[in-house]
Amino acid sequence: MADDAIAIRGIREGLLLTIKPDAGDWTEMVARLSARIDEQRAFFKGARVALDVGSRPVIHHELDSLKAILSKREITLWAVISSSSTTLGAARNLGLETTLVAQSEQLDTPAINPEEPGKPGVFIDHTLRSGRTVRTNGNVIVYGDVNPGAEIVAGGSIIIWGRLRGTVHAGANGDETAIVCALDLAPTQLRIAGYITVSPQDKRRKPLPETAAVRQGRIVAEPWNG
Amino acid sequence: MAARVITVTSGKGGVGKTTTTANLAVALASLGKQVICIDADIGLRNLDLILGMENRIVNDIVDVVEGRCKLRQAMIRHKTMPDLWLVPAAQTRDKTAVSPTQMVEIVKELRNDFHFVLIDSPAGIERGFRNAVAPADEVLIVTNPEVSAVRDADRIIGLIEADARKLPVRLIINRVKADMIRRGEMLSPDDVIDILAISLIGIVPEDEDVLIAGNRGAPDPNSRAGQSFRNIARRLMGEDVPLERLDNSGNLFQRLARLFSG
Repeated sequence: MADDAIAIRGIREGLLLTIKPDAGDWTEMVARLSARIDEQRAFFKGARVALDVGSRPVIHHELDSLKAILSKREITLWAVISSSSTTLGAARNLGLETTLVAQSEQLDTPAINPEEPGKPGVFIDHTLRSGRTVRTNGNVIVYGDVNPGAEIVAGGSIIIWGRLRGTVHAGANGDETAIVCALDLAPTQLRIAGYITVSPQDKRRKPLPETAAVRQGRIVAEPWNG
Repeated sequence: MAARVITVTSGKGGVGKTTTTANLAVALASLGKQVICIDADIGLRNLDLILGMENRIVNDIVDVVEGRCKLRQAMIRHKTMPDLWLVPAAQTRDKTAVSPTQMVEIVKELRNDFHFVLIDSPAGIERGFRNAVAPADEVLIVTNPEVSAVRDADRIIGLIEADARKLPVRLIINRVKADMIRRGEMLSPDDVIDILAISLIGIVPEDEDVLIAGNRGAPDPNSRAGQSFRNIARRLMGEDVPLERLDNSGNLFQRLARLFSG
């Protein structure tokens, strides 16, 4: 029986378990999760798991016992994602990561107009050459090209005012509404949340501004045409 | 004299760094400049071979940094070009025998006595590359019109751009084959510039004579490639030399056909 209260998805770093708010209290949730894992032992065996508990506060011993339950089933819990500071504190006490991608530098420039809700991002004012990487939980804007061999991993969306030829991963924490757009969208590989695509091999194509987004379970690129 | 210190590097091996260094050194010396080359490829020294100076090596750069001799005692003067000097690399040991700081110290000693210090970098992005770039005032990137060479050049340019010194970087596209470009089988210089987006100081055609001259240990300034290197040397000195046309190959008939069709 599928259990909608616990979503399991493959991500770059392993598996992401998302606990919905309606999964019941912690004890019940743990029981449901254990049952779920036991149904598919072979699938979970040896997995690296990140747990997203949303805003649910989880205290130290609850998390510790879950970690033990998982490790008994040969599953490694390595990260806990939450908006609750209690949960985050407990996770850090247990030496767990609290983000899926490395934290970028402090982004605390306040918006001039607080009426307009904005999202934090990293602005790169130059071309990213081969071997350069940008990793952030926020959004990324590049004024320049992203060359083959360069990589961007963002929790949010990625906007490139230039040519995209490297590898990008938007919505790296699982946000399927994230988008990638570029003046010339020709990435080596493009990922949004858990989806992956590559550019069609067409040497004769004209550069064309496009936006890539997840639509009906796959990544599609839509041309921008004014 | 206040020397300009120019490092020749590429990331990828085999694209022609050493050949470029040797040919530029010969060209600059023949244009009346005092030039010294430093081979930073410790453990795999080659520059002495291409310049035909191998049999006169007594001391090398590792002897200098380890205090076994003075820098003067490691400097070799070219037999027929008295303005051209070389500090050879060691053939034993490896890149860790010299540190970036020591390279800066060595070059500092040379700055007052030469117009140009040319440093031949080893391939790669590790210690040897860092040694070669540490004392540089400017950098020449050598690449070939091949995706792998261009990718590595891009990586190197990224590393140099990330350096706080903001060294000026210019590009040499080496081993260009005009007929392959015409057939669409090779990246054109425009394709390369399109990706690397840095200023181009010269294009050098593929030329067997370079290989022959290198084996003989006497760079030939009159070969086609030699002329291109000479033009690059003049551009380095600030002269305004237009880029060579790529399609001056082929027989007279083909050239006439192009003339009338174009």
